[in-house]
Amino acid sequence: MPMPQASSQSPVLSLNGIVKTFPGVKALSSVSLDLYAGEVTALIGENGAGKSTMVKVLTGIYQADAGEITIDDRPVKLTTPNHAALSGITAIHQETVLFDDLTVAENIFIGHAPRTKFKLIDWRKMNHDATALLERIGASIKPTTLLRDLGIANKHLVAVARALSIDARVVIMDEPTAALSYKEIEELYVLVAQLKADGKAILFISHKFDEIFRIADRYSVFRDGELVDDGFINDSNPSELVEKMVGRSVGSIYPSRTNELGDTILRVEGYSHETEFDDINFSLRRGEILGFYGLVGAGRSECMHSLFGVTRPSAGKLTINGESVTPKSPADAIAHGLVYVPEDRGHQGAITGLSIVDNIALPSMKTTSNKGFVRLAREYALAREYTQRLELKAAALDQLVGELSGGNQQKVVIAKWLATKPAVIILDEPTKGIDIGSKAAVHLFMRELASQGLAIIMVSSEIPEIIGMADRVIIMREGRQVAEFDHELVTPESLVRAAAGIDEVSAA
Amino acid sequence: MSSFRLSRDVILGFALVALVGVVSMRFPAFASVKSLSSVFNDTSILIILALGQMAVILTRCIDLSMASNLALVGMCTAMLNAIMPALPIPLLVIIAMILGALLGCVNGLLVWKLDIPPIVVTLGTLTIFRGIIFLISDGQWVNAHEMSPTFKALPRSSFLGLPVLSWFAVVSIAGMFVLLTRTPQGRALYAVGGHPNAAVYTGINVGRTRFNAFVLSGALAGIAGYLWVSRYAVAYVDIAAGFELDVVAACVIGGISIAGGIGTVAGAVLGALFLGVIKNALPVVDISPFWQQAISGSAIIIAVIFNARSERRAGRIILKQAEQV
Repeated sequence: MPMPQASSQSPVLSLNGIVKTFPGVKALSSVSLDLYAGEVTALIGENGAGKSTMVKVLTGIYQADAGEITIDDRPVKLTTPNHAALSGITAIHQETVLFDDLTVAENIFIGHAPRTKFKLIDWRKMNHDATALLERIGASIKPTTLLRDLGIANKHLVAVARALSIDARVVIMDEPTAALSYKEIEELYVLVAQLKADGKAILFISHKFDEIFRIADRYSVFRDGELVDDGFINDSNPSELVEKMVGRSVGSIYPSRTNELGDTILRVEGYSHETEFDDINFSLRRGEILGFYGLVGAGRSECMHSLFGVTRPSAGKLTINGESVTPKSPADAIAHGLVYVPEDRGHQGAITGLSIVDNIALPSMKTTSNKGFVRLAREYALAREYTQRLELKAAALDQLVGELSGGNQQKVVIAKWLATKPAVIILDEPTKGIDIGSKAAVHLFMRELASQGLAIIMVSSEIPEIIGMADRVIIMREGRQVAEFDHELVTPESLVRAAAGIDEVSAA
Repeated sequence: MSSFRLSRDVILGFALVALVGVVSMRFPAFASVKSLSSVFNDTSILIILALGQMAVILTRCIDLSMASNLALVGMCTAMLNAIMPALPIPLLVIIAMILGALLGCVNGLLVWKLDIPPIVVTLGTLTIFRGIIFLISDGQWVNAHEMSPTFKALPRSSFLGLPVLSWFAVVSIAGMFVLLTRTPQGRALYAVGGHPNAAVYTGINVGRTRFNAFVLSGALAGIAGYLWVSRYAVAYVDIAAGFELDVVAACVIGGISIAGGIGTVAGAVLGALFLGVIKNALPVVDISPFWQQAISGSAIIIAVIFNARSERRAGRIILKQAEQV
């Protein structure tokens, strides 16, 4: 097998002219993609560009309407997920889709468990083989532990072991680093290198350009269901790829600073929690955007939850507008002018089964109702006002939120809290998982709100967002506040170093 | 398999022993082997049904039609026996099983092919099956004198010291245990209920697995139908009316998660026995049947509280110092 001089090599998996149409939408129009043994191909594209559809076609969940899939130059039909697995295609998903209540060994072997001569599952062999596979990838996990007892990084290892167990030739990794910490990502890179060395063809889907340039050999850019460009990663650069991805040049994607800082509105002193965070101190001024950076699991959201009254701190003092407050519940915090827009739209934010107007009016019931009855006219007026301010694209105000795109759902959630006329708004990962166009709209809007005197806390794990948006950044690591930078002084390197604890010296 | 899940069953086992202990303090004869084996025998049908129900609940579904299925198959076997007394009983048991499985097929197909929520499907079939009994029997009873002696004798006859009724339960327990722990199909039940999406990605046909679970619960309900009718030597429209709730209760007490994906054979059996002991013991110690219902009800709620607590995920611990404490 020739090493990465892949131009002479023929692809392991080849897709030709794949078309997939859903009612009203052409998700993939005549897309082609080649994957080569021992190489990582990065699949790049905005949300809605057709990446997920592609993965589903490859894993047999969807069937292409037209086009041809070949493995080793032989045409195959991937009609069921089982079929795809038997053809040697396996996928590792963003939120590892495995079984929490089954053991590690079973998760690795489900669907192809070793059998005894009576056709029963051979648990002994299964545990033994699982141990061998896990050792091969350097994971020290007992095969008999339940998956629910593992962290996300270890769950990924189990997924990789599964890929090895079915002797997959093609491994699809769908945003595998999205929920991992810095150290865990490094370990994943090592694994990817190992899979490459094993001769697997890897399709790597990611939004993070730094990792694409670090581990990928080739790239394919999708836009609006079409293949825009592909080639070797070494012949390209990030800005070129971004340009191809969005179809326009993204000069300065962050709105310029127009906000002015006013007087201090929020002060947090010595905020602590038994297990989640310790001794957090900061103050926030009107019109300020304060960034909270850190790795996933650094305790940022947990700290925000306790400011918002979801959990109770063990110690500490919170002052809003000069008044000392101890929020006992979110309702209490809202009453004091503090609102929190959670990270997870699906679970904590928008109520997808309700209409836009119902969602927006929900926390403002007190002002829109009269003697216990809801005043629809007031609700609609409120919803109209805020959807216009946020430029929300929807057919009608009584459309269900579940029918909106991710970016528009996020706008509904933000609108709902703005309608309560808060003094301080906490935005937890405000643009996570939404496409670049919607992102820009949310950023612009945040800047506008700050200009109007709203104080904003923005929890974000995206370095460009922190640098582009925040007036000041606080960095947390392992539940502690480890550094603070003004926006003039902050650099991507300083953020990463402080968040990862690479050196204890910080520039502040 | 895991020490955690095992311990939950062990705790339930202890609770059961404690319950027997409390009862035997007031009525020592209750704890005798003879009396306990008769409690087991009395609970056999509930155990068989709970095992079938468990398979369904594991896949995040529910089968509310089990008791109606039992009654319909029971009526069919009784009528068949009345018409053709010469039909050998083992064949009749097989017919009962097949009939039950066919009724389970109806549930399974509606859930699988038409994607109707299982609770709606089985609420519907619950009523339909009862209605069919009325249609085929004209509302008439099949009484003891119309049944052949062998028909009535089978569950009562003894084999190796245990009544055949109990043996049916023992074989069902063993069969379910092997199915759930040692066959891919059994493990698929857990996978489908634990994470349906992931199951699709691993190549498990979710709908088909649910269908299989319904067929299995139907087959077990069918067997239970013959056992019920022959044991009590009577078949009529209303036999076992409302019994499906006891079956679900046994599963819940046994720690089988209504959300799917969690549960063991031991749990289902212990849950059924727990209810059986309450039902058999309380009259012995002279507690009114009204209290009985309240006590079974409390047992369900306590079990759910307990299970909900143990299933709750441990929170992430971020601070290092706290980890060491």
